[in-house]
Amino acid sequence: MTSPTASTAPGAPGAPTAPTIGTGPLASIRGWVDLYVATMRISIASQIQYRVSNYFYMIGMVTEPVIYLVVWSTVARQQGGEVGGFTPGEFAAYYIVWTLVRNMNIALTPWAWEERVRGGELSGMLLKPVHPIHNDLAGLAGWKAVVIVLWLPIAAFLSLIFQPTYSIEPIDVVVFLVAIWGAYVLRSMFLWLLGLVTFWTTRVGPVFDIFFVAELLLSGRLVPLTLMPDWAQQLADVLPFKWTFSFPIEALIGRLPADQLLRGLGMQVLWIAISASIVAACWRLAVRRFSAVGG
Amino acid sequence: MTGTGPAPTTAGGRDLLRPLKLFGLFFRIGALNELQYRANLAVQLFQSALALGTGLAVLGLVFGQTTNLGGWTQSELLAVMGVHILMGGVIRTAIQPNMERLMTDVRQGTLDFVLTKPEDAQVMISVREFRIWQAVDVVVGAIVLAIAVAQLQSGIGLGPGLVFAGCLLLGAVMIYCFWLILTTAAFWIVRMDELHELFDGIYQSGRWPVTIYPGWLRISLTYLVPIAFAVTLPAEALTSRLTIETLALAAAFAVLLLVVTRWFWRLGLRNYSGASA
Repeated sequence: MTSPTASTAPGAPGAPTAPTIGTGPLASIRGWVDLYVATMRISIASQIQYRVSNYFYMIGMVTEPVIYLVVWSTVARQQGGEVGGFTPGEFAAYYIVWTLVRNMNIALTPWAWEERVRGGELSGMLLKPVHPIHNDLAGLAGWKAVVIVLWLPIAAFLSLIFQPTYSIEPIDVVVFLVAIWGAYVLRSMFLWLLGLVTFWTTRVGPVFDIFFVAELLLSGRLVPLTLMPDWAQQLADVLPFKWTFSFPIEALIGRLPADQLLRGLGMQVLWIAISASIVAACWRLAVRRFSAVGG
Repeated sequence: MTGTGPAPTTAGGRDLLRPLKLFGLFFRIGALNELQYRANLAVQLFQSALALGTGLAVLGLVFGQTTNLGGWTQSELLAVMGVHILMGGVIRTAIQPNMERLMTDVRQGTLDFVLTKPEDAQVMISVREFRIWQAVDVVVGAIVLAIAVAQLQSGIGLGPGLVFAGCLLLGAVMIYCFWLILTTAAFWIVRMDELHELFDGIYQSGRWPVTIYPGWLRISLTYLVPIAFAVTLPAEALTSRLTIETLALAAAFAVLLLVVTRWFWRLGLRNYSGASA
């Protein structure tokens, strides 16, 4: 993939988390782009084979927002056509965009780390000259290309049935297109961090569960945050979750004024910076605890 | 001489009891196996508590905005949730683990070991696995149900109680059939990894009475994936919504599914080529 090989493994103590590839800043950037493009291509080629499997996954994934949508539209209709500032049509818009955002912010499951550590797959990953997070980021980004193509007919079908009402400005689209990638990177960082817990304990299930429940309730995945009690909304404001679900969704369906859009992007950048630093620090500690078996 | 007379009846009686005995045997093995890992009980208790808390939070959110959902009150929806948790526990304790093992066996060819045994293959593949810790959800579901019933003003008599139990049994049978039909497809489509995720996703729809869903979805959730029969129907029995016609329909559909499942299983089995390759 990348011609020059760095002499130190990324996990080795003192190794840079973002090693330079090639010489000079321009060659370095080209190296990274090549790496990502190549990994994404491989991922697309391998995922295209599993169309049935991917569609099974899509249908399972789509039922979740459809349930929320039906429940909340029913409530809205019973309350005279609106609840928490949402009409049934706006709920439809929210949860249809939800399906795309959900696909976009899927990141490596923390459960994968159990297999990586136990099976020794990690040893191979450590030999590569770049930090393994790049492989995960690029690989799943490639998969998203496949998923978005599969998603289009589903979105059309849902729109036909649930009649969403949007009021989209061009700026919303621009911000959305940036925000879904921000959401992806941000969520990837947090799930990676969560996965690293595996290096310290084998009973990771409860830790993961707490994380995912907190995310479900405080990200806007379950309901638009305006329907949550005030204290929960305030809590959501100081946590990273809402920038990966609620923010991109509400950006696109036209519920956020320009200053909120900018603030949201800023918060994404801030949280990505924070989480990436923690990932870098924890990774160094984690690799020190890892003793390889085969690979 | 003396034994020839009653022999057929004993054989018939034994045949009927045999699946139950096999189940008992495998249940013991499964339980002994899992009793080695007692810490898993703590993990399971924790997960069930978390799931229950989330479910109650969602119910609280909905009923913070309204007093009834599609004609169901909060206590009635609590009953639906109880049935949903309980049935989910049954599925994960006894149905899903067996089906996943069957899928692996078909893929790896190890189904041979089942087919060479002098027992009915369908019975064998249906009783081999039993995850006792998952049964925590059966208990949690029952507790939620008991609380819901206590909140319902009508209360529950013996008759409706029995009907409720019958509905649960019918529901479990239908879910079993549904799973086995899908799993049998593994004889043709070898890779079906996502099936479990797909079912879990769809099963979540049972947390709400299927009557709130739009028509096409309601019909799919009744006849395509029998969640309406498995969860909503027992809850209807508890909340005096169930008519005798619906009950008869459920029973007839369960029988039909059993027959179709049996037929499809045999068809699939004929397509199985074994591991000798």
